[in-house]
Amino acid sequence: MIGGRKFFVPTMLAFGFAFLYVPILSMIVFSFNNSRLVTVWDHPNSPTLKWYGLLFHNDQIMGAAWLSIKIATMNACISVVLGTIAGLVLARFGRFRGRTLLAAMTTAPLVMPEVITGLAMLLLFVSMEQLIGWPAGRGVTTITIAHVTFSMAYVTVIIQSRLANFDDSLEEAAMDLGARPAKVFFRVTLPLIMPAIVSGWLLAFTLSWDDVVISQFVAGPSSTTLPMVIFSKVRLGVSPDVNALATIMVLIVATGVVLSAIVMQRQEKRRAREMQLAASD
Amino acid sequence: MSGANGSRWRPGSRGPAKRTPGSQLTRPWEPLWQFFNRLRPARWSAYVRDHWIGKPLVTAVPMTWLVLFFMVPFIIVFGISFSQSVLAIPPYEELLGWTDDKVLQLRLHLSNYDYLFTDSLYASSYLYSLKVAAVSTCYCLLLGYPMAYGIARATTTRRNIYLMLIILPFWTSFLLRVYAWIGLLKGNGVINNVLMALGVIHEPITMMQTDFAVYIGIVYSYLPFMILPLYSNLEKHDRTLLEAAADLGSRPWKAFMRITLPLSVPGIVAGSLLVFIPAVGEYVIPSLLGRTDQLMIGRVLSDEFFENRDWPVASAVAIAMLILLVVPIMIFQRYQNRELAHK
Amino acid sequence: MADTRTRTPEPWLDPHAQAYIRVENVSKRFGSFVAVNNVSLKIYKGEIFCLLGGSGCGKTTLLRMLAGFEQPSAGAVYIDGQDMAGIPPYERPVNMMFQSYALFPHMSVAGNVAFGLEQEKIKRAEIDRRVAEILDIVKLGEYARRKPHQLSGGQRQRVALARALVKRPKLLLLDEPLGALDRKLREHTQFELLGIQEKLGVTFVVVTHDQEEAMTLSSRVGVMNRGEIVQVGTPRQIYEFPASRFVADFIGSVNLFEGQLTEDEQDHVRVKCEELSTPVYVDHGMSAPPLALCWVAVRPEKIVLGRERPAATDNWAHGTIHDIAYMGDMTVFVVKLDSGRQVRVTQANRTRKPEEQFVWDETVYLSWDASSPVVGTG
Repeated sequence: MIGGRKFFVPTMLAFGFAFLYVPILSMIVFSFNNSRLVTVWDHPNSPTLKWYGLLFHNDQIMGAAWLSIKIATMNACISVVLGTIAGLVLARFGRFRGRTLLAAMTTAPLVMPEVITGLAMLLLFVSMEQLIGWPAGRGVTTITIAHVTFSMAYVTVIIQSRLANFDDSLEEAAMDLGARPAKVFFRVTLPLIMPAIVSGWLLAFTLSWDDVVISQFVAGPSSTTLPMVIFSKVRLGVSPDVNALATIMVLIVATGVVLSAIVMQRQEKRRAREMQLAASD
Repeated sequence: MSGANGSRWRPGSRGPAKRTPGSQLTRPWEPLWQFFNRLRPARWSAYVRDHWIGKPLVTAVPMTWLVLFFMVPFIIVFGISFSQSVLAIPPYEELLGWTDDKVLQLRLHLSNYDYLFTDSLYASSYLYSLKVAAVSTCYCLLLGYPMAYGIARATTTRRNIYLMLIILPFWTSFLLRVYAWIGLLKGNGVINNVLMALGVIHEPITMMQTDFAVYIGIVYSYLPFMILPLYSNLEKHDRTLLEAAADLGSRPWKAFMRITLPLSVPGIVAGSLLVFIPAVGEYVIPSLLGRTDQLMIGRVLSDEFFENRDWPVASAVAIAMLILLVVPIMIFQRYQNRELAHK
Repeated sequence: MADTRTRTPEPWLDPHAQAYIRVENVSKRFGSFVAVNNVSLKIYKGEIFCLLGGSGCGKTTLLRMLAGFEQPSAGAVYIDGQDMAGIPPYERPVNMMFQSYALFPHMSVAGNVAFGLEQEKIKRAEIDRRVAEILDIVKLGEYARRKPHQLSGGQRQRVALARALVKRPKLLLLDEPLGALDRKLREHTQFELLGIQEKLGVTFVVVTHDQEEAMTLSSRVGVMNRGEIVQVGTPRQIYEFPASRFVADFIGSVNLFEGQLTEDEQDHVRVKCEELSTPVYVDHGMSAPPLALCWVAVRPEKIVLGRERPAATDNWAHGTIHDIAYMGDMTVFVVKLDSGRQVRVTQANRTRKPEEQFVWDETVYLSWDASSPVVGTG
């Protein structure tokens, strides 16, 4: 509006975005650097794709990446189912006994320090194994269960807030027209929350794909996920093939996010135009 | 005819309209239905008031999962924190045990907690963690508030682009983003190289393994968590409030302090807690960027667990950390539930 | 089964008529809050029955109990002789038009309308035929493939109506059907709604807070207050013969006076009101204990202003004109009686003669016909 704010706010925005993106960009740039010393540009021999080649021949990283993809996919699918149900229950089922408990258990994981969750999950698995013999040892199953427990909390919040945007008279209308509850869910509720389910799936995938602390607690010796490999590598210092890996991941994510943003923008514009047309009818 | 049993409305039937006149029973299971209807509990209607009998079943699915995999683990941690470390697998003593003369014995050791108070390592780590989290949260707020404000006040097209730019790093690996800072902050890293090339400094500044590096790492990783709740709060503000304030003679800065800022308190609280609580227990960032002479509590816990294999002490550390965080977590939950309920 | 009797225009006057919907002693409690309190109602086939009341009076809760979204805490609801207890909304021969219309945003107009039929295992061709038919009736045939957000408010309202009617319900519930439309569209839609109702012969139960809407739409009105039905009657009945002080005050505007019954005969009553110059004489009897305290209601348009002192010994009062509001077709006067009480009087502006017009501070006599006042003790 007037005076300082006109200058201050845009400056902070610019600074903030620079702060967010300079590290990522520098990481991308140096992934094409020939030198092993990541931060010193080896002028005559760069840019090069050498580290990308090495990366794809690194069996440990490739194996870990594959394992992470498997776990993240399973986690995303299970989390979406459980989180959707929990979100639906919290948003639509009104008051019932245990609602407060459920609400608490779906918000606490959002902020719970990872070390605590990791430790608690591991101690549970150890006790369960002693008691009922399952899960035998630790590996993919235990990592997936642990990931689902915190991922589903995120999905729940997403679904719940999406449902809160819709009047529940839509569901009542469907029921009034003769649809049974299950049918109401599949014909009306589910299509309405589909966008939220998709973003919930992606978020759950990312959370699992990204997690290192909880995985470290509940992983067995034979199940090393990609973040665990990266973590042990970068603890020893920078390494150019990690830069290459990061670049690939950033590019994939950026493409996906930008594409979906464009699609969404277009849909929104078309919708706005159509609504204008309708009003002038 | 309205009283005739055959045409009574009940679940499963579509009503008398569809029945062929003359036939009393149209379906073979009709007698069964009638039998069942007579058996149905008196409070059946109260059941169906919630539209559906399947409700408790549906509720039970996520409930069971969370109780089993989220609540029970904390009870176990709490239990083990009263146990004693032994050389065994698993490396702790059972709380409940049978003595030789067949007496069920419950042994609770308070020594782990005693240990937390006597060994200054723990107290100093807790305080240090709280300090790091608090300072990082402040920086996050100082950077995040103007950004959220700028985004909320931008035009729709720009706003969407800004939001996308805020969220994009959040989708990329957290670990790799922290890693990126190592390359920047190192002694021979990008920042030092640039500053030296520009002649601002003559020898590299030590930035790695300092508090500063940890602050940067936390602010960098958690910034979206601060901006998004703030944005969704600021975006809802009615701009005519500021116009009214201006109309009543308030200068923009005053109007901001008296109107925008107080109204955005819920956003500030939510954003700050979303940064503060996980930051207290942060493990990865201080391990990669932080000091080696002063550990944060998350690292202490992990070391007790993995290096010393002292599970009971690790559990006690976790419980102590939880007690420390229980108030902020409850505030966060109340805020979150209110926010979701009032949308 | 076959109903060969010709429909009485006013079935509620016919003691032999079968009520189509019977609400018997229905109550609904939410925790300690009583939303609907011991309501009994009979609604007849082909009626447009309006539930009228302020916000929070329980009218929507009652409607939702008819639809099956809420179950009564006590009492029973019968539709066409069937007890509705325990029958979920999707099993009821009842459809509802929601206040927000609740059109499914992800389905086209035709998809929305077909939705209800698809739940009934009807053949696709038959569904398509019935959808096309009803869309023609509501004049939306050419919009069948549009999505709800591509329609204007009035069009959405008609889609909602078509969607509810296509299932040929025994009873159509309408929750503030015209509430979301602007004024001009309302009047138009109101008559359309009546036309469609007549054409299809469906029984309507309408919930509204708008008196005008209730008056013009309905065959009968049920006035609700604090969860109770306080009066049921034709629009004319509830306006001219309010059964209680609340109804008299709630419907239209009215002047209410406190008084004491001095004469209570078969053919007339006489009430002494402190605030009026003369007693009120009403030409119909009522039964109340002698000297009972009562209220007297006189509608503003039923009071005549005059400059001459009336010859009668009752049904008039003396005062000065305190305020005048000119409305075009009529003028509203606020007259301050000698007792200090202010009374509202409306007069049609029949002529433009200046000598007939009253002015500020003029002393006037207020009088009314013996058939006009309503007296009650409730």
